[in-house]
Amino acid sequence: MQGMKEIKRRIRSVTNTRQITKAMEMVAAAKLRRAQEAAENARPYADKIKEVISSIAAGTRDFSHPMLETRPVKKTGYLVITSDRGLAGPYNSNLLRLVTQTLKERHASQDEYVLFVLGRKGRDFLLKRDYPVIEAVIGLSDTPSPEEIKTISTKAISMFADQTVDKLVIFYNQFVSPLVQTPVEKQLLPLASEEVLSGPVSVYDYEPDSETVLEVLLPKYAETLIYSALLDAKASEFGARMTAMGNATDNATEMIETLTLQYNRARQASITQEIAEIVAGANALS
Amino acid sequence: MAMVQVEIVTPQRKVFQGEVDILIARGVEGELGVMAGHAPLVTPLKTAPIRLKRGNEETLIAVSGGFLEVRPEKVNVLADTAELPEEIDVEQAKQAKTTHENALAGLNKNDPDYSIHKQALELAEVRLQVAEKGRKSM
Repeated sequence: MQGMKEIKRRIRSVTNTRQITKAMEMVAAAKLRRAQEAAENARPYADKIKEVISSIAAGTRDFSHPMLETRPVKKTGYLVITSDRGLAGPYNSNLLRLVTQTLKERHASQDEYVLFVLGRKGRDFLLKRDYPVIEAVIGLSDTPSPEEIKTISTKAISMFADQTVDKLVIFYNQFVSPLVQTPVEKQLLPLASEEVLSGPVSVYDYEPDSETVLEVLLPKYAETLIYSALLDAKASEFGARMTAMGNATDNATEMIETLTLQYNRARQASITQEIAEIVAGANALS
Repeated sequence: MAMVQVEIVTPQRKVFQGEVDILIARGVEGELGVMAGHAPLVTPLKTAPIRLKRGNEETLIAVSGGFLEVRPEKVNVLADTAELPEEIDVEQAKQAKTTHENALAGLNKNDPDYSIHKQALELAEVRLQVAEKGRKSM
């Protein structure tokens, strides 16, 4: 039987831990709500851009643009969105596992791809394993603004435009519900033409002309896609953290119960033993 | 007179929604005014104030990296940034203006940073202009 003092100390320590995990759970829940709102607010903008592009595509004959054309892939760019901080359950590890597995299956050598990383966890993990990370952004705020990722997204898109990479793929945790986040892989560029061409269509005049408008809009659309993915990933991060911390709180509660039971048993045992000793002593005297 | 529905959105939020008599914006091809019943049109916008007139009132909105979509029943402005006069931090804009002016003074026109500073300077100037003229009645 463990010493009573020892058990008491452990109960206190677990109670402290539970307080912290409980607080983190509530903070994550509040941030999750804000992240979901941000994702919601970004939607009208993305939908509109897509609608205008679809309309141009539908209204223009022999419509083409480098960003819409699939070319032979010699080099692929991967954007990986992870979090800066841990304590979010399997959030980062699931995603990074998907990334490393996909890279291993698809590419024979590291010359065939480059990585753009958002988030400290992903950057540290991938750099440590000598992956070709060419650009990384860390320290993004909880509800990031488009400017915060402007550098990295512009770089990725311009590398596609000048044909340094022939394909851009994005990895992030898709937000399904606060309890479920799935690591997904999505092709960013070239834009999937069936996706661009579907959707509502309107007929417009273009000023100065449709090509120029498209020239401005397509990179913007690609940036918007990256930004939406980031917002989605942020919502997932807080969802994952909330779940992980909720579980930790439950586990701590369970542990406190077990320890309290142990403590009471030890206390009773020591009382019983004391009584037995007193009785034995009294018996010896009489 | 018929009014026209206007909505101004950025990736982060909806900045303005409402009815106006006329919207005046600076497109890449020049200034254009949109009133109710305008033909459908799409054009990129320059970094400049958008003027919204309603009755005797005029509101300016500082817009950068935007484009304008005109539809028969509605006008949408999609922009990288858009701010109402009261949202602009004048001190910050003044500071940005000085910083970028100084940066530009030391740069060659062919320098890749030149256009970045140029754009930032333009935005700061537009912000100041909007903050100053803001809302007015005629």
